[in-house]
Amino acid sequence: MIRAINVEEITKNIKEMCIEANHYLSPDMDAAMKRAEKEEKSPLGKQILGQLKENLKIASEETIPICQDTGMAVIFLEIGQDVHFEGGLLEDAVNEGVRQGYVDGYLRKSVVGDPLIRENTKDNTPAIIHTKIVSGDSVKIKVAPKGFGSENMSSVFMLKPAEGIEGVKNAVLTAVKDAGPNACPPMVVGVGIGGTFEKCALMAKEALTREIGEHSDIPYVKELEEELLTRINGLGIGPGGLGGTTTALAVNINTYPTHIAGLPVGVNICCHVNRHMVREI
Amino acid sequence: MDKHITAPITKEVARTLKSGDYVYITGTIYTARDAAHKRMYDILQKGGELPIDIREQMIYYMGPSPAREGRPIGSAGPTTASRMDKYAPQLLNLGLGAMIGKGKRSQEVIDATVRNDAVYFAAVGGAGALLSKCITSSEVVAYKDLGTEAIRKLTVENFPVIVVIDSEGNNLYETAAKAYCTEK
Ligand code: SF4
Repeated sequence: MIRAINVEEITKNIKEMCIEANHYLSPDMDAAMKRAEKEEKSPLGKQILGQLKENLKIASEETIPICQDTGMAVIFLEIGQDVHFEGGLLEDAVNEGVRQGYVDGYLRKSVVGDPLIRENTKDNTPAIIHTKIVSGDSVKIKVAPKGFGSENMSSVFMLKPAEGIEGVKNAVLTAVKDAGPNACPPMVVGVGIGGTFEKCALMAKEALTREIGEHSDIPYVKELEEELLTRINGLGIGPGGLGGTTTALAVNINTYPTHIAGLPVGVNICCHVNRHMVREI
Repeated sequence: MDKHITAPITKEVARTLKSGDYVYITGTIYTARDAAHKRMYDILQKGGELPIDIREQMIYYMGPSPAREGRPIGSAGPTTASRMDKYAPQLLNLGLGAMIGKGKRSQEVIDATVRNDAVYFAAVGGAGALLSKCITSSEVVAYKDLGTEAIRKLTVENFPVIVVIDSEGNNLYETAAKAYCTEK
């Protein structure tokens, strides 16, 4: 059976989600930040995590965005193949939701219309939209506004198959080391291994939207996530990059088959303002 | 060590600040980020005059979110300072007293900071809501057309920052991370 969904529904949800994501961290992120404050060994690091906790409280109670960089709106849509959209173009509806969210929600407009001419579009559009067609008759919307302090520190490494798992570990540790204080640690590290050049980057991005504390179903990948988290926290970068034992809150890895000649690794770094919200309609 | 200082800042005061000090700033500071720096740089290349007298001033690398009614400013945390590295040495040579941002600086900026008895402070990245509470007034003083990237004059009260690079060239990002590093 085909289910009709008016695209206005998409606009409305995306508007609300852009505003909400920028004022409230998801419960998993919130819990991870509180845990980090308890466990941090450096006194200055602890003080900074305390400030970040206070910041989250002020943001939600007084409706001030958690961070002034309210991000470029990254939207994942998982569309059931029995859905029929009516009332306009889906892409326009998504961008309209972003426009309304950023303008009406007092969020910062951080998008320039051309990467070299650099004139601000003044409504934070266009969004970055990733769609996937799945089974069923519902639409899963994920909104993940992405700040660029950490986005700028992300990388794709086209490794040789011979470099293997050690090569992957080095790539992730190198990216985190280079990011250091620029990426507003504690960070969340999204990693995509395999696929192609663009597939590994997209997997890394999507890995950032996974709940903190949830691991890969593949046993060796789960182990790799745990080992890398421990080693990243051993780098000493710490909260705010000012030294300490909490450099990352999670390492989330997604994998995909790849070509016999390649081992692509994407590392997408996100700051502690790792905003992600999910709704299903 | 906790210290309270006023802005603008003299070289004498800057010299008393040491890498790792926790400092509360009260007074007047200016904001400028990528686009405003580029304009100031282009003006100086052409031999023109800057829109503000930057001697002894502090520049905060920040572009706020819009203010809701009745508030001076929206969320107001630091942006990554390295993007201003190209422009900072020239401003320091002209007498800029301090920079507030987050993240690493180039050797050229560190050298210019030492040469001019200036200081680089970090504010906590991603604490924009909290930091906005220390800003009591905000006024656009130049480049209004740049929106969030315009130059603003801010009045701040006990605005919390940490000295990263001091006038002797000590760099907290290097020293603090080493102290907790267990990864060879
Ligand atoms: S990296 Fe994140 S926390 Fe830091 S300024 Fe950007 S959005 Fe904010």
